[in-house]
Amino acid sequence: MSLLKIRNLSVEFSTASGPFRAVDQVDVDVEAGEILAIVGESGSGKSVSMLATMGLLPWTATITADEMSFDGQDLRELSGRARRRIIGKDLSMIFQEPMSSLNPCFTTGFQITEALRQHTDLNRSQRKDRAVELMEMVGIPDPSRRLKAFPHQLSGGMNQRVMIAMAIACRPRLLIADEPTTALDVTIQAQILDLLTGLQKETGMGLILITHDMGVVAETAERVAVQYAGQKVEDQPVADLFATPHHPYTSALLAALPERATERRLATIPGVVPGQHDRPEGCLFSPRCQYADERCRTVPPPVQPAPIGRARCHYPLNVPAGEEVA
Amino acid sequence: MSQPIVLAENLGRDYEVGGGLFSKPGIVRAVTETSFSIEAGKTLAVVGESGCGKSTLARLVTLIEEPTAGHLRIGDTEATPENWKKLRTDVQIVFQDPYGSLNLRQKVGAMLEEPLKINRPEMSKAERQAKGREMMRLVGLREEHYDRYPHMFSGGQRQRIAIARALMLEPKLLVLDEPVSALDLSIQSQILNLLLDLQERLQLAYLFISHDLSVVRHVADDVVVMYLGRPVETGPKDEVFDAPRHPYTKALLSATPRAEPGGGRQRIKLQGELPSPLNVPPGCPFAPRCWKAEDICRSDRPRLEGQPHPAACHFPEA
Repeated sequence: MSLLKIRNLSVEFSTASGPFRAVDQVDVDVEAGEILAIVGESGSGKSVSMLATMGLLPWTATITADEMSFDGQDLRELSGRARRRIIGKDLSMIFQEPMSSLNPCFTTGFQITEALRQHTDLNRSQRKDRAVELMEMVGIPDPSRRLKAFPHQLSGGMNQRVMIAMAIACRPRLLIADEPTTALDVTIQAQILDLLTGLQKETGMGLILITHDMGVVAETAERVAVQYAGQKVEDQPVADLFATPHHPYTSALLAALPERATERRLATIPGVVPGQHDRPEGCLFSPRCQYADERCRTVPPPVQPAPIGRARCHYPLNVPAGEEVA
Repeated sequence: MSQPIVLAENLGRDYEVGGGLFSKPGIVRAVTETSFSIEAGKTLAVVGESGCGKSTLARLVTLIEEPTAGHLRIGDTEATPENWKKLRTDVQIVFQDPYGSLNLRQKVGAMLEEPLKINRPEMSKAERQAKGREMMRLVGLREEHYDRYPHMFSGGQRQRIAIARALMLEPKLLVLDEPVSALDLSIQSQILNLLLDLQERLQLAYLFISHDLSVVRHVADDVVVMYLGRPVETGPKDEVFDAPRHPYTKALLSATPRAEPGGGRQRIKLQGELPSPLNVPPGCPFAPRCWKAEDICRSDRPRLEGQPHPAACHFPEA
């Protein structure tokens, strides 16, 4: 059974200029012990779909899903009290930008032990010991002194480690990391990614990594879901995705990587991601797609079967021999 | 060899920080002993982590700040404050964040005309407008965008506006401070192509500041790797990337994730973080994090020298 199973998730925000659909019919499956990466550009709905899972969206958001279950529990039906027993304990999240996600008014020690106070029956000194242990685990030198430090006294890399320590304090079964390394330098990024994958192996938790960096995806993930304008357009194991992308968007995205360039001019994707008011009728990628025809512009594409990467496309690329295109 | 557009010799910039009534202020050496030259039509990339002095270097070259040591020549004029006014039209800058670097209350047209109003007062309004519209075409924007405000544009278009604005005075040197790191991948390649086109067409010299090594590898001709305000390795791009001599360059290259799954590469893991620039270690600044460090590294500062390209290390790679 999947640890997290989401079917047909849509999130709509009511804005002053009408409803805006940020997430559109997204399916997510994560097994225990699996690393799933969700990639996409800004506005692709990757953070919003995970915030919806956590129940952290504001009241302006309307969340609909056919199924949304974590470890057998239906997340749609949960009362606030029941949800708070799971969130931060079995299901936790590392937010992007550690500098603005930590509370500047409290010490890092207080913020780490807060989760323990809510979810465990450890006493004060046990909580402190556990916080020191956690800080050691995430590689913060001199932990007992750093417990008394405020976020502004630590560097970005250290704050990100504090965020990770908070998230793993209660040994979660599923950890969602939202752009955990975007604000960091590459040498620190390498340390943090090693730390996350190390923890994941050690504890056997599931890990969802939200990112826009294809390099990070290639080096850490096992399975990749590609999102575009709120929809999941492809879902494949990492090696297959890089070798044989099925959706034209994935293929164009990979071709635009500077390190894959074969000549001075890079391959580009013309145009921009559709916004609130210019969503095309058919395939959302059709205005930018080099293969698009009349059918793409008018009929929303079907989701292809798993061997064709669940590509949301009328004309998937690199179809294996013998496979039937839906 | 042609005359370089910009020549920097032992450039340095210190800042005094802190200090109160009774305590002496500390000195941050943001940039020290940095030398380089860029010729027309060439790109010099400066790479390094945050706090290594890349942005301070950009401020020195764009004449926003005066260096506290060394000297800078732009064209054949010494860049001292009395010459700044004359030189400013030759050097322009494009900033990282196109959401923060454009004035939200100004129309695109006004933004493009403003540098001309100040620096070319003899130009008539019609001439200014014509030039602005021509520049918009050059960077791939439509003319009807001329009377719009920045909020009506996407991130990539805004960066095009920022580039257009920088080119209005026909500079010889463009300083690009992380020009694509705030942009999405599909937009990033559009902007990089535009920059390459413009360089070919106008023979611009670029000082390209970035932390993204795969972008640098694509656009640069020469590379300077900086660490704690000092260049630790400089050389032609291919040499630096294929045969790095300084351990820091090696570590930086190995830490950069590559979009090739299943490589199973052994990463060089650096311990610790950048030391505070307030108390740089006495020897090699990289020694506390370096796996090759010996006693001499902690006491003597290595000089930037050696073949085939210079590196500041006591034990460089062959």
